[in-house]
Amino acid sequence: MVLQVMVKAQGPIPLDVAFEVQPGELLALVGPSGSGKSTLLRTIAGLWTPAQALVAVAGETWVDTARGVNLAAHLRHVGMVFQSYALFPHMTAEANVMSAMTARTKAAQRDEAHRLLALVNLHALGARMPAELSGGQQQRVAVARALARNPQVLLLDEPFSAVDRATREALYAEIRALRGVLDMPVVLVTHDVNEAQLLADRMVVIEAGRMVASGPTAVVMSDRLALQAMGVREAAAMLRATVHSHANDGMTRLTTRAGTLWLPRLDAAPGAQVRVRIMAHEVILSRAHPEGLSAQNILPVQVVDISQAEGPAVMVRLALGEEIILASITSRAVASLALRPGDHVHAVLKSMSVARDHVSLGDAP
Amino acid sequence: MDWTSLLLSLRLAGWTVVILLPVAIFVGRFLAYRSFAAKGLVEALVMLPLVLPPTVFGFYLLLGFGARSPIGQAWVAVFGEQLVFTFQGLLLASVIFNLPFAIQPAQRGFEAIPLQVREAAACCGMSPMRSLWKVELPLAWPGLLTAMVLTFAHTLGEFGIVLMVGGSIPGKTKTIAISIYDKVQGFDMAGAGTMSAVLLAISLGTITLTFWLSARLGKRLS
Repeated sequence: MVLQVMVKAQGPIPLDVAFEVQPGELLALVGPSGSGKSTLLRTIAGLWTPAQALVAVAGETWVDTARGVNLAAHLRHVGMVFQSYALFPHMTAEANVMSAMTARTKAAQRDEAHRLLALVNLHALGARMPAELSGGQQQRVAVARALARNPQVLLLDEPFSAVDRATREALYAEIRALRGVLDMPVVLVTHDVNEAQLLADRMVVIEAGRMVASGPTAVVMSDRLALQAMGVREAAAMLRATVHSHANDGMTRLTTRAGTLWLPRLDAAPGAQVRVRIMAHEVILSRAHPEGLSAQNILPVQVVDISQAEGPAVMVRLALGEEIILASITSRAVASLALRPGDHVHAVLKSMSVARDHVSLGDAP
Repeated sequence: MDWTSLLLSLRLAGWTVVILLPVAIFVGRFLAYRSFAAKGLVEALVMLPLVLPPTVFGFYLLLGFGARSPIGQAWVAVFGEQLVFTFQGLLLASVIFNLPFAIQPAQRGFEAIPLQVREAAACCGMSPMRSLWKVELPLAWPGLLTAMVLTFAHTLGEFGIVLMVGGSIPGKTKTIAISIYDKVQGFDMAGAGTMSAVLLAISLGTITLTFWLSARLGKRLS
């Protein structure tokens, strides 16, 4: 069920993009607003047809302008979550979910709607009208409705932009948890780099309709040009960790491949898998194991490579077990520490330097 | 009280509504969703009966429906009777001069549906007809009901065009508005008064309903 996309257009937004998404993979299309990323999603869904386009899913061609093939939107098996959710305001949450089902008895549809609403933790609210639901709840209904078609592709168009931060964190966890049961390609459109890094396996960075970078999230997020295109000054790395325990002083102990990490309290049970986004400029490097330091996290790491960044800054890639974290330090610091690839050093990280929304809960194990 | 005329007017208004409802749905929906080069011209044509003097409009309809016109000849060929000065001719005229009253509110009703909601219907696998039935009509109904109420009320009150196209044949084309005029001409002020009061009550009732529905539509949009 591979999704293949190729789009070329002159207007209204010039586009020249091609990518593939594997089954079960989440690809983030990242770029500033007006870069054309939503247009790409609309092309996949069949809501817009550019001058030149090829969209194929699992060998079935949805649009191929070269061969004159263009399947109407309602005949494509897509699940789409709109930025505004676009729930049908005159239907209950349950009826919204059922509206996307076909060729089954009403009773079977209702059972399936219950199952999907339970999947997004809304089992008790099926009888509510959209206007009676919070933004986060509406988004969950929209996700359940998108899944109700048994889609071959799941498309998420800035689905987290209209909710507050706390709700957004809960929804990130929701999506990460859903990943465990979804086997179709998922495409997420976002302008939020943090969001993309927390959720995506791979990223395609788009600027003014052109692909600036594409590849695994970790690779793209350490690519200087990609970061520039995304308007990001600071690089960041993603670290997988497991919640170990919660201490009485409001701190949470996490286990990583390379040792213990202390962060301000996370709302997750011990054993939960999380992803922690570590900003490169928050990481301090030390040759010797530092003593008498207020920072709580000292992780043994190995220098992978050192590359020139902007101005006096350099980017140091550090291996932490099998994972990579980034440190943005000055070239003067590299010189005074005499850092070279292969060196063993200590990465120091303040607990408070990890923003609350830089942690994503509910990672599929 | 001229009951024959009142019943004729109600029959004319009822049939006009029945014929214009599907027209309002499909033309209103088309104008609401599509943009094309001649859209301004089409909208102007639809609005024309609103600004043209009824006698002028009636004059052209009389010419257009007359025995020497292609429409009039075709009608005679099929139905064996003239189109002008018959109830059928009056109904056709009524349908045409009510186009703005039916299409405009319907168009506004469809325009009020957010684009993403319509797109969501397509992404849910709904064909355009199913989307119309399950999503668009339930959301646009205040606009459609306003269209039908306005059409009904306006048909009851139309005078100039009815006189031009229908003449004033009792039981066939003599509507209540014309009957009132005849009563006044014949100095039957009491009869004219009663009928005017009935027409006033019906019109006021329908317009009140329209405003109430518009308010509901406005609330839904906010």
